[in-house]
Amino acid sequence: MTQEFIRLEEIRKYFTGVKALKGVDLTINTGEIHCLAGENGCGKSTLIKVISGAHEPTSGSIYINGESVSHLTPITSIHKGIQVIYQDFAVFPNLSVAENIAMNNNLLNEKKKMNWKEARKLAKEAMALVGANIDPDILVERLSISNKQMVAISRAIINDAKLLILDEPTTALTAREVELLNKTLINLKNKGMAIVIVNHKIDEIFEIADRLTILRNGENVATGLIEDFNRKSFIKYMTGRDIIDNIYKPNINKKEVCKVNNLSLDGYFKDVSFSLKQGDVLGITGLLGSGRSEIGDTLFGITPATSGEIYINDKKVTIKSIFDAVNKGIGYVPEDRLTQGLFLSRSISDNTVAASLKTYMDKGKLDLQKITEVTEYWIQKIGCVASSPNAAIRTLSGGNAQKMVIAKWLNTHPQLLILNGPTVGVDIGSKSDIHKILHNLANEGMGIIIISDDLNELYYNCNKLIIMSNGKSSGVLTTEKFTEDEISKKIKEATAEENNE
Amino acid sequence: MNNRIKQKFSTNEAIVAYTIILLCVIIGIANPVFLSFSTVITLLRAMLITLIFAGLEMMIIIGGGIDVSFPAIACFSAYATIKLILKYEIDSIAFFYIVASVIGLGFGCINAFLIAKKKLPPLIATLAVSSIANGATLAFLGTKEFSNIPEHIDSLSKSFLFSYTNSSGITYQMTSLILIPIIFLIILFLVLKFTIYGRGIYAIGGDKNAARIAGYNVVKIQSSLYMIGGVLAAIGGVTYTILMRQSSPQNLMGSEMMVIAAVVVGGTRITGGHGTVIGTILGVLLIAIVQNNLVLVGIPTHLQTFVVGLIIVLGTGITSIRAKHIANSAKV
Repeated sequence: MTQEFIRLEEIRKYFTGVKALKGVDLTINTGEIHCLAGENGCGKSTLIKVISGAHEPTSGSIYINGESVSHLTPITSIHKGIQVIYQDFAVFPNLSVAENIAMNNNLLNEKKKMNWKEARKLAKEAMALVGANIDPDILVERLSISNKQMVAISRAIINDAKLLILDEPTTALTAREVELLNKTLINLKNKGMAIVIVNHKIDEIFEIADRLTILRNGENVATGLIEDFNRKSFIKYMTGRDIIDNIYKPNINKKEVCKVNNLSLDGYFKDVSFSLKQGDVLGITGLLGSGRSEIGDTLFGITPATSGEIYINDKKVTIKSIFDAVNKGIGYVPEDRLTQGLFLSRSISDNTVAASLKTYMDKGKLDLQKITEVTEYWIQKIGCVASSPNAAIRTLSGGNAQKMVIAKWLNTHPQLLILNGPTVGVDIGSKSDIHKILHNLANEGMGIIIISDDLNELYYNCNKLIIMSNGKSSGVLTTEKFTEDEISKKIKEATAEENNE
Repeated sequence: MNNRIKQKFSTNEAIVAYTIILLCVIIGIANPVFLSFSTVITLLRAMLITLIFAGLEMMIIIGGGIDVSFPAIACFSAYATIKLILKYEIDSIAFFYIVASVIGLGFGCINAFLIAKKKLPPLIATLAVSSIANGATLAFLGTKEFSNIPEHIDSLSKSFLFSYTNSSGITYQMTSLILIPIIFLIILFLVLKFTIYGRGIYAIGGDKNAARIAGYNVVKIQSSLYMIGGVLAAIGGVTYTILMRQSSPQNLMGSEMMVIAAVVVGGTRITGGHGTVIGTILGVLLIAIVQNNLVLVGIPTHLQTFVVGLIIVLGTGITSIRAKHIANSAKV
């Protein structure tokens, strides 16, 4: 029944000083969706590069269709029908959809002439297979991320691909787009293609995988049918420790940290009101483009509100700029930490004091001693794994980098901390750490707003919830009375309305 | 379908074309002399060299690079070759073009080595090569201007495709040299649009890394661009020498900015990956009209540079605002 496509045995890959893979076995069958999971730095990417021929393993053997393959180069890998779709899709924004899709075919067949008609035909055929319907003449720069991905998939399968590897395909997709992608992948699987998905989002894996392999520190710790795993064992295998998600139990004080009345930003959201008492954690959710992110941007003064009132500690404030917001004690952990939250090439300590630099000025000079001390304090307090305060922030993993973004704002001692997608691209261990930090902060009296579309995250951390839909607020729901499923249903109801409109 | 027609009329090329038409109407109203066939001949002559340079610059910018060394390469190769020709009395057009092209190729190879192999930023690398070439011309070849071009070579400047006599009896002649940019641009158009190599230039300009993953030899394509660029610069330099009937070690220096401006006004994005031959021709035409014909509306010469500056700001502004608009607009 199931036929083996590729088998890797005892794959070892050593880089100078680092053992990235320490004897990994992996078998992938045709007609199955195989998820490859593991925390950052577990060797997932290295393993994929071995399969795609980009890395030659230090030792170990590879069998494709039962035949031993000694030298796997990128070109032979493609000729064997292996296609990798990278996280950034590697599509060309300046070229048309048709040309993007036809490109691999042109290059693989070593064509010299560009045949536009044929390219269009190929593109249409490939898109029909994938189930995408995009105008082949449109430039890729005008496509949504989800459609760019469809273009990348179409391009990959055009050359009679047998194995499709997707590296974290859902990172930038909304829930609905993930659904669409899953449909496409299941469709391809039913046509007999082997599919490998690298992912660490537990819900998505259980949704789609037939089989699962989990790597940790370059070894495979578990492999088997998805039915053999459950949430708990999955997390245990991933992190090597038991992680128990605690539902946040608020310790509510009477004192109001922040109150917002009828806040509106023309074209994005309208009449959002809420009150945040000490100990409250407010969640704001909704689809991408529902106005959920813009609320964060507005409270932080990036795009000042067109109308409405904001009170901080019972005092009415006007926030017209980021400067105003910081002065009023607001901190903001932005959506994209790489471009908005961090100075990637600067050190951890530079990043830690970036929002509070003034405090360290002493007679026109920076007190470097104090900066190092405070950085060390935060690294320890927030549980960041770092070699030294002077290491460049780009050397940190996603989870540790995000912890430092939070530390940067905590160092300004804010009254109100807004986090937009606080655990996007963060592994499960760090995610749980970050949630614990937030629980503690809230209980110490800091107002916390979490903007997220991660249901699990909202359920475990927020005691109040606003669901945004087309810029309209659902009003504040108290989540304590609901189960996770009920909240999920409420969100679906609210967003379904949006679909009908 | 309607949408597609609408798109055709709002491309960068279309906008430049509207600007040119508007400008022609204004100049034509102010001075009807402009609207005559003789204007076409003088404009083509004025555009001749710029078209060659703009074509090569566009090709390199599409590939994600930039070249500011072509005027220096053009000067060096043409000037060095003319010195050889005068010294050994070799009166051959083929010799002039071939030897200069080989010298140009040499400089192109230096550019290619620095940029494609050693990964130097193109602006810095070509700036350095420009300085080296220009410095070498002045230091080793001298500063003397030559106007005693040998007879046979010089005869090319007196070869005309056709001539036209206007009502007041003045004769305008269309130089045969115009065939050089015309043939070059036709070839460039075909290569860019209909060969895998040409599409590879767009691909590396769009995303170098993605191009490598797709299987393009990025280093090879980049190298070839700068090498061809060197040859074309030399051809431009030689053609200029013949057209002007004199050779000087400096006369083309400084033309790079106007060429880059014309290319960008024509819709080529400075960040690479976008650009068309038609757009570049229109860009060159627009700047040529401004430079040559504003006198007819009574705008004094020294104000022309000012107007050219304004056009560059507007032209490039429109291109980048549109690019930004596309980046921010609703995705499909």
